[in-house]
Amino acid sequence: MKKLLGALIALVVFANVLSSAGYVSAKELPRDETLYVGGGLWSQPNNFNPLTPWAAVTGTIGLLYETLFIYDPLNDKLEPWLAESGQWISDNTYEIKLRPNLKWQDGKPLTAEDVKFTFEIAKENGGVGWSQIWGWLSQVKVVDDRTVQFIFSKPHYEEWKYWIYNVPIIPEHIWKNIKDPISYPNTDNPVGSGMYKLYKTDQMRAIWVRNDDWWGIKVFGKPAPKYIVYVIVYSNNVALSMLVKGDLDWSNFFIPGVPDVKSTYKIVTWYDKKPYHLSANTAFLFLNTQKEPLNNPEFRRALAYAIDPKEIAARAEQNQVLPADPIGLPPLPVFEKIKAKDLEEKYGWKYDPEKAMQILDSLGFKDTNGDGYREFPDGKPMKFEIIVPYGWTDWMEMIRIISDQLGAVGIRVEPKFPDYSKYWEDLTKGEFDMAINNFGSQVYATPWQWFNWVLYPNVTPVGKPSYSGNWGRYKNDNVTKLLELINTEKDKNKKLQYYKELQEIMLKDVPAIPIIYNGAWFEASPAHWTNWPTEKNPYAYPISWNNYWQMGGLKVLLHIKPVKSATSSTGTTSTASGTTGTSKTTPTTSSSKKGGGICGPAAIVGLAVVPLLLRRKKG
Amino acid sequence: MRKITIYILTFFFAVTIDWAIPRFMPGDPVSVLLSRFATLPNVAEHLHSYFIQSFGLDKPLWEQYLSFWKALLHGDLGVSIYYYPKPVAEIIKSALPYDIALLVPSIVLSWIVGNWLGALAGKSKKIDSFLMPVFYFLTASPYFWFAIVLAYFFGVKLDWFPVSGAYSYGIMPSLSWAFIKDFLHHWTLPFLSLFLVQLGGWAIGMRNMIIYEVEADYARYLEALGSSEKLILKHAFRNAMLPQVTGLALQLGLIVAGALTTEVVFSYPGIGYVLMQGILNQDYFLIQGCFLMIILNVLVANFVIDILYVVIDPRVKYSYTGGE
Repeated sequence: MKKLLGALIALVVFANVLSSAGYVSAKELPRDETLYVGGGLWSQPNNFNPLTPWAAVTGTIGLLYETLFIYDPLNDKLEPWLAESGQWISDNTYEIKLRPNLKWQDGKPLTAEDVKFTFEIAKENGGVGWSQIWGWLSQVKVVDDRTVQFIFSKPHYEEWKYWIYNVPIIPEHIWKNIKDPISYPNTDNPVGSGMYKLYKTDQMRAIWVRNDDWWGIKVFGKPAPKYIVYVIVYSNNVALSMLVKGDLDWSNFFIPGVPDVKSTYKIVTWYDKKPYHLSANTAFLFLNTQKEPLNNPEFRRALAYAIDPKEIAARAEQNQVLPADPIGLPPLPVFEKIKAKDLEEKYGWKYDPEKAMQILDSLGFKDTNGDGYREFPDGKPMKFEIIVPYGWTDWMEMIRIISDQLGAVGIRVEPKFPDYSKYWEDLTKGEFDMAINNFGSQVYATPWQWFNWVLYPNVTPVGKPSYSGNWGRYKNDNVTKLLELINTEKDKNKKLQYYKELQEIMLKDVPAIPIIYNGAWFEASPAHWTNWPTEKNPYAYPISWNNYWQMGGLKVLLHIKPVKSATSSTGTTSTASGTTGTSKTTPTTSSSKKGGGICGPAAIVGLAVVPLLLRRKKG
Repeated sequence: MRKITIYILTFFFAVTIDWAIPRFMPGDPVSVLLSRFATLPNVAEHLHSYFIQSFGLDKPLWEQYLSFWKALLHGDLGVSIYYYPKPVAEIIKSALPYDIALLVPSIVLSWIVGNWLGALAGKSKKIDSFLMPVFYFLTASPYFWFAIVLAYFFGVKLDWFPVSGAYSYGIMPSLSWAFIKDFLHHWTLPFLSLFLVQLGGWAIGMRNMIIYEVEADYARYLEALGSSEKLILKHAFRNAMLPQVTGLALQLGLIVAGALTTEVVFSYPGIGYVLMQGILNQDYFLIQGCFLMIILNVLVANFVIDILYVVIDPRVKYSYTGGE
């Protein structure tokens, strides 16, 4: 008995000593040809089905399946990708010409028939991501091998702009044989037309390998990384420590402390100084306009005066983002083109608690019982709750600040942190007073989409879920009409006028209060790859989240270059083995301590909230 | 026979509760999932109704319940919503090896080592006064907390061991020595956190039993007969083992909780970890599947112990056969 025991212990100890020495040198991906990316994968990668983009692994659309166009938010330009050109040839017909010599990864040619098939599969199957187009599309017509015409029953010009850079073209010769295409996981050797093929997946990562036979090499050149390892990292602090150790090359996480680590570790961000990141979307404070007294636009305006977005950007986000202005359109070309600056001057607001108190006084909301908080004009106590999901630390800080600021003008607001699913339920059912959200306020090829989310007209009554934005259930028939007009109008000037009217409504009625422009989080390590896009080298919008590959991620792959010389011999063994450190002599060298010193306390905090951070918000 | 009936009844009720609990959570799994995918307004609404239908969540509860049993008896645990479209059975199958790799060694080794150390402490006052506080400290530590402490000191401070995942991001699973080393390297901390906490409990139990047995009449009798201390201890040890075997069965049930938190702390991709994701995303089918695994584990463990007991302790056999 004792002997057996001793042997067992010895074995365990032996194995652990061996492994803790930290030398791992077997079947590994070559470090200088491998790109480690993280920030857009939040569960085991096991769905590469492009028909369900809401569940597909990031890169399924972009790396594996390609779209007709890509969209460049930095220049507000739709750029041809699979398509060579595309235009409206009449009021209801859009014609696309494909590039010559396109081919699938199995060598078969990609033709107009594939495009037609891709759209029609969504007509036959209701659960495809773009099935709903068939409400206003009537026919897809193949003219010749390279030409396709889309004939619309009721052209939605603005919405269409979104779909041409978001619908992934799939190979007919493969998908026509699949019985239930929507629940098909597509994990066994999927065939797309893209620059990367699926190589391997497991619980922690998806690995892609370059398609050296890609049609685009002649057009765009060859992407530099041979392998892309897309990793799951559940905590922003773990991402930080991987980044500073050079284990993560391209990070799209919100990383607290970027200003501090940037100089020490030469981390690349878009801007060298604050705000460090490009803007990605707008975080709004949604007010439940179906509830007293939040249904009063003047009351909402008073709240807007009482909130200081600058302080929120500084304290909750460490100035890594910009405070929002009253209209809330993110500072990107697509939005700047339509922004009505004059109206903002006229109807906008600035942080001014005095003015807020004035308005509240004039509305009759006064502190009658002397407890420091205002009551309803009839003396009833007034109290609000404000919600964000638990664990979203920066947002949690945001609503604490907001409740302080509103408290300063006498409005009692209590911050609440329900679990994500409870938050989402309350938000979609309209059962809240105030809530922060940003989900659909992103950068799109058309501002219509942004407005259609913030002011979404077809919301259901409170208590019934609605999933499309306008959480405060703001109702205005003019908005409904304007959104419809913009979507179906061809004339640019008229559109501009409609956009202006929308902005005027937003400024006058305050349906929601814009707080900050959430960042397009991007931090890159220069240890193994260089020529990252930055403010001075702005060749692409550097995000790898789902949906964003075709907005810049692909271009990043085409532009980055390996730093071969410095790392080729020693770098491979140590860095790939994760947290084993870069030890050459003892298990704890100074280089690994350097990382631990800064992120040690950060990582322990991170670990403590791991179960709550299991998934971070998108964007 | 009576025992088997009890097992079947337990299984039935446990599974029913397992089915019911996730359904009474607030929220709607499909909408939570779709919320992660910001896309055109009204696309989400369209997809939502489609998937509610295809998961059968629009049917009345009793109908969902019946079809659940029907599928279960066919070995079908349904399709996960969160890991759509992967079947739950497959997710569990791929997570299970990690649990086995973590749990079996930690339970068995902690039981062996714990009993051994406990016996040492039981027979020597000197060792006892030194070891007991350690045991109490270990057994009183929550798994979750202890795991964080280990992760902090050995993972972050000293940087000896990685603190997340089952192996490095850059290595391919294979039977090569390098992979095994890398795997063990990642396995050490989660293993230790389970091993040490359990060890304390075993040791305390053993030590108390040994002291009790050494004081027992038969031991005094042996002593009076002039037997060697070794022989007395041997008998005491044998008798003290019995409750520890029962304890092992109970522990097998409890350990699930420990493994869950440990796996969450270390992002170790076992069932505990998968279950956590299922709960956070209200994935009914995944939660059900994981609990079902746990229920089965506990029942099977108890069953095996019941049988083992008969073998180890003749008195139990006697009671079953009614003293014939």
